[in-house]
Amino acid sequence: MGKALKFSRKNLGIPYFLFLCLFVIFPLLLIVVYAFTDGNGSLTFANFIDFFTKGSNIYVLFISFALAILTTAICLVIAYPVSYILARTNMKAGSVYLLLFILPMWINFVLRTAAMKELLFALDKLGVYNITDWYFANTVIGMVYDYLPFTILPIYTVLIKLDKNVLEASSDLGANKVQTFLRTTLPLSLPGIVSAITMVLLPTTTSYVISDTLGNSKVTIIGKLIENQFNIGTADSWHTGSAISLILLCFIFGTMLLTGKFNERPNQRGGGLW
Amino acid sequence: MTDKIIELKNVIKTYDGTNVVDGISLYIRKGEFVTLLGPSGCGKTTTLRMIAGFEKPDGGEILLNGKSITDIPPYLRPINTVFQRYALFPHLNVYDNIAYGLKLKRVVNVYEDKKGRRIEKRERLSKKVIDEKVSKALKMVDLEEFEKRDVNTLSGGQQQRIAIARAIVNEPQILLLDEPLGALDLKMRQDMQLELKAMHKKLGITFIYVTHDQEEALTMSDTIVVMNDGIIQQVGTPKDIYNEPKNAFVADFIGESNIFNGTIVGDRKVRFVGHTFDMVDDFELHEKVDVVVRPEDVFLVNKGLGQVDGTIISSIFKGVHYEMTFQVGKTEILIQDTVERTVGEEVSVIIKPEDIHIMHKGYTMNVYDGVITKDNKVSFAEGEFACDVTKLYPGSRLNEEGYLVTADGQELDLTDTHVRVEVPLDKIEIIDNEEDGDSVGQIISIIYKGDHYQVIIRTFEEEEDFVVDTEYLWNENDKVSVKIKPEDINLKLKVKQNG
Repeated sequence: MGKALKFSRKNLGIPYFLFLCLFVIFPLLLIVVYAFTDGNGSLTFANFIDFFTKGSNIYVLFISFALAILTTAICLVIAYPVSYILARTNMKAGSVYLLLFILPMWINFVLRTAAMKELLFALDKLGVYNITDWYFANTVIGMVYDYLPFTILPIYTVLIKLDKNVLEASSDLGANKVQTFLRTTLPLSLPGIVSAITMVLLPTTTSYVISDTLGNSKVTIIGKLIENQFNIGTADSWHTGSAISLILLCFIFGTMLLTGKFNERPNQRGGGLW
Repeated sequence: MTDKIIELKNVIKTYDGTNVVDGISLYIRKGEFVTLLGPSGCGKTTTLRMIAGFEKPDGGEILLNGKSITDIPPYLRPINTVFQRYALFPHLNVYDNIAYGLKLKRVVNVYEDKKGRRIEKRERLSKKVIDEKVSKALKMVDLEEFEKRDVNTLSGGQQQRIAIARAIVNEPQILLLDEPLGALDLKMRQDMQLELKAMHKKLGITFIYVTHDQEEALTMSDTIVVMNDGIIQQVGTPKDIYNEPKNAFVADFIGESNIFNGTIVGDRKVRFVGHTFDMVDDFELHEKVDVVVRPEDVFLVNKGLGQVDGTIISSIFKGVHYEMTFQVGKTEILIQDTVERTVGEEVSVIIKPEDIHIMHKGYTMNVYDGVITKDNKVSFAEGEFACDVTKLYPGSRLNEEGYLVTADGQELDLTDTHVRVEVPLDKIEIIDNEEDGDSVGQIISIIYKGDHYQVIIRTFEEEEDFVVDTEYLWNENDKVSVKIKPEDINLKLKVKQNG
């Protein structure tokens, strides 16, 4: 019996481990190597120095984060009440409504953005909107539209799992509806909010398809900057692009650490999509 | 009386068209430890939730200190709850869990301003007061120094104590406990029972406790309210409920019981399991009754020395006693005794008159123990009667081979299925000719009931009775046969007791 083929559960991880090495760790190392070298292959910090000394780059970085934070904030403001109401409605109807909010996710992202552009054009024609001048607003609307489902889902998941008894306990102990919300529902749904933030904040800094389509090429975000570097194809451009990618990575990592702090409550197991 | 703290007046709660709580009227005195006891789905938790305010009654009224609280939300009621699965706040530590209610509390303090005027201010409790109250509550539940602990790291028993502390710290007028010990192991449960009882004495507030565990109810309560099907079956002290159950349900639910169909056959004489027993209660002659005998009240003696002879067919060691099943004819009697008898041993039993509890059946129905025969008839009272076996399973039908097909397509052979047979009194036809009926018996009693006669026909071998309402006059001692239409025979599957 003991001689039979031993198949440890650990072995199941091998395919993922290979994938990780091949498509995550190796490319990451490549980026690091490129970022710290120049076109001739010699070690340099010039890529970073160049980035931070060029005013337009700092501006792009600022715009990217401003856009991301604004989008996330608007998404949260819309998504929380929606998720709250969805989680409160009875099961059958609730899942149908949820589907309605999630449905746009099934349609191609580029198509959705193009459709939004048409919609804004239509509004422009009606005279209630100005698509040519309000390019920043265009981008924010597009981003909110595209990322709203990603905000609703994690918050909804947490809210639906909230123990009703705990809310009843709160009411039993003298808390009215507002107090119960502020003291129990909101803190308990924090992991969902944190998941939502991570799912929206980071992609919005780089998804230049939306800013390209809706921003009339006047909104450049950091993702676009990286793309440009890899497209122009001069001797140093790949190295510059890698450096910007690495800088972005550091910012993302920093945000993750920050939001992770909220999520790391020892007593908060599960919840959220992460 | 003025010491009623809470009163329920004809309270009704309906879910999906069925009355989960069906017109409950009940009052609870100040300082009492009351237990709502009943099987799951009996409406006890719903009743508790209506007192707490989580559910709104669909009818009736709930009064607290004489004032209706039916429309008052839970957060304004001076009532706190200990939930079944504790429902502690997972995002707060022990201290904050207990202080939750205190932090929300506003007290009216009276001050004097510079001109000596009285000023009333609604204020929060000070941090110091909260601290004191929390540590006092923690002391009460024996968890001092646990303030900073994360509630998720506590054991079930500790969480339970925190849940109790969280409720009592608010000094409610009534503490509601919804099966609070259900998730604990036996030993811990017994300890907590005594602790809760002690806590009740110390705090002096009213406890309303919900449980399905009759032992728990008997141990802790001043008053037990036995509920079933949304209706109160009996209210009384634990002793009353145990010793004088009002009906067969209560007897069966509280402790283990033997319940027999009996007939009053003389002055303080009742006949069941084929023997006439003396009893202490006075009942009307020929009345069909439920006879309840506690397993510990049946005494085993050697064969021939007791009232009824029979055989031991099973014996299980239960720690303090042996639980044995004694069979006489088709009837089984559950017996608890410290002396073991071997399976197969022929013995005799004695039941003392004072241990025989007789309950009115409210005779509206002939009830028999029947068995389904292989051609889907039902056999009872020495006869075989055509019947509709599809009544046993809603939505079922019979196929060509005579098997029953249930609503979800399962094929069943009903042969030898034990069923409870019910026949209304006015649906039995008495026939002169012995050959024409399905069962034969002798008329033993005829009572004129104003507009009809109630005739009792007793079969010869098994001494089963048919109680028949008829407009025709028959003669006592006549030998007759009975006939029942298939559609008038109601069948129910038997659920084995104590199984």
